[in-house]
Amino acid sequence: MNRLPARRPFSVLSRPPPSYPGHVPVNSFEKTFLAFTSLLGSFLNPRRGDLIALAGETTSTPYFLPRLRRTMLSHPTGRAILRHRPEITPTSIPAVSTLLSYPPTTLGYTYARWLHTHNLSPFTRPPVRYVPTPELAYVLLRYRQSHDFYHAITGLPAIREGEVPLKLFEFMNLGLPMTGLAAGSYVTLKKRERERVWDIYFPWAIRAGLECEALINVWWEKELESDVGELRRRLGLVIPPDMRALRKAERMRERGSAVDVSTAPAPASAIS
Amino acid sequence: SSTEKTTHFGFQTVTESKKADKVAEVFSSVASSYDRMNDVMSAGIHRLWKDHFVRSLNPGRRPGGSPMNILDVAGGTGDIAFRILDHATKINHDTQTRVTCADINADMLREGERRSLVDTSYGGTDRISFIVQNAETLDAIPNNSVDLYTISFGVRNVTNIPTALKSAHRVLKPGGVFACLEFSKVRPAILDAIYQRYSFSVIPMMGQLVAGDRDSYQYLVESIKMFPSQEEFAKMVEEAGFMLPGKGFEELTFGVASIWKGVKSL
Repeated sequence: MNRLPARRPFSVLSRPPPSYPGHVPVNSFEKTFLAFTSLLGSFLNPRRGDLIALAGETTSTPYFLPRLRRTMLSHPTGRAILRHRPEITPTSIPAVSTLLSYPPTTLGYTYARWLHTHNLSPFTRPPVRYVPTPELAYVLLRYRQSHDFYHAITGLPAIREGEVPLKLFEFMNLGLPMTGLAAGSYVTLKKRERERVWDIYFPWAIRAGLECEALINVWWEKELESDVGELRRRLGLVIPPDMRALRKAERMRERGSAVDVSTAPAPASAIS
Repeated sequence: SSTEKTTHFGFQTVTESKKADKVAEVFSSVASSYDRMNDVMSAGIHRLWKDHFVRSLNPGRRPGGSPMNILDVAGGTGDIAFRILDHATKINHDTQTRVTCADINADMLREGERRSLVDTSYGGTDRISFIVQNAETLDAIPNNSVDLYTISFGVRNVTNIPTALKSAHRVLKPGGVFACLEFSKVRPAILDAIYQRYSFSVIPMMGQLVAGDRDSYQYLVESIKMFPSQEEFAKMVEEAGFMLPGKGFEELTFGVASIWKGVKSL
């Protein structure tokens, strides 16, 4: 019941018909090849969102995505989401300007504020193509589309230093290998960032990710008007220190220790 | 209309009017990464094929002869056109032979024009011009005006090949040469088995990884499979009114690609 349907080995010259629109049935050689090359590609060029998406799709089966689906099946909201398959798209939720008019303690406001600070808009995520069944494809799509809400509810900014601990949090919370591997981008952070992440954000990610309820079971679209603090309590989610505030404080400290140019004596001018 | 003729677009069946649009979409989407993909797909061998194709045609003025007016069809990015001009200039010391680069897709032509200016000395001169044309009609090209007609890796994308061959025949001068470089059938069967698996597995994956576009490359490999065999296409060239030298074709790299030639009778 919990295992994927047994896939008969097939020749690439006679692939089985797609299980859902856009589906590309691939054999194990192809899946492995795509997984390795897309992981390498996304590490070298993180701006290739399509490679990151591909890496996620090819590394989540077997086992991990079915396990995430089971997590959804064992939760009432998760089951409802699987039945109705809601999608978070720029048109399925209220516009950012509308959300900004919500009370400031709501999830909707927090989400819109987060987008606004980053000068982002909710954008359409690429469809899932390399996952074998329609329901598993939906589970992965749901995760992909909810990612911005994970940012908003944890408060982590959409910069490299914020993405890395969030990925580790997602790995502890949802168990998808791609998220754990993406946290490996830790090595590309600057020294100060690495220190902060190692000391504060990674320990937070591990503990909070394990203790919090699986975020895949949150029906975000229905929680837009909920109080965000109350939602966090319901989920058992502890949030980390404000990263932007810490970064700003450090920048001020550095600036403070530099020579204050405005009080230095004026240099003798060669031109009078 | 419900009685419109259908044709193939890769393995799909579409109406003839739809095919031209779909092909245009494919090439707009691949235009900028086209050369990188060709290199990846053929391990750079496509450059050797094109070099041999042009060298064997020996374009350019013969001693005591006149400069050539050459038409390169479906040659958007200019690969063949530049080689032709280089050969005419450097080997035949002919600085007057000119090439018209025609393609149905404006994006590919734009890329060709850009390259002619950046990578060659012919850009902006009267030795090369770029024009949007459908290979089936070539309505801007007058009858009996072209010395050499080349089409390289383009004929398999044409909706109605016999019509394109007839247009080629129309625009060529009597005694003019038709030359086509295109993917063909690999022989022997064992090599073909490997080649097919490579085509249908590795190439679409490389399309996804390098260009972020699996579907266009899936179309490309399907269109290769749907193209007639060497002998069948040679027959089509003959039926369009050309005289074939020998059996009409020359295989390259075990038949992965072939060159067909025909002469319009005087």
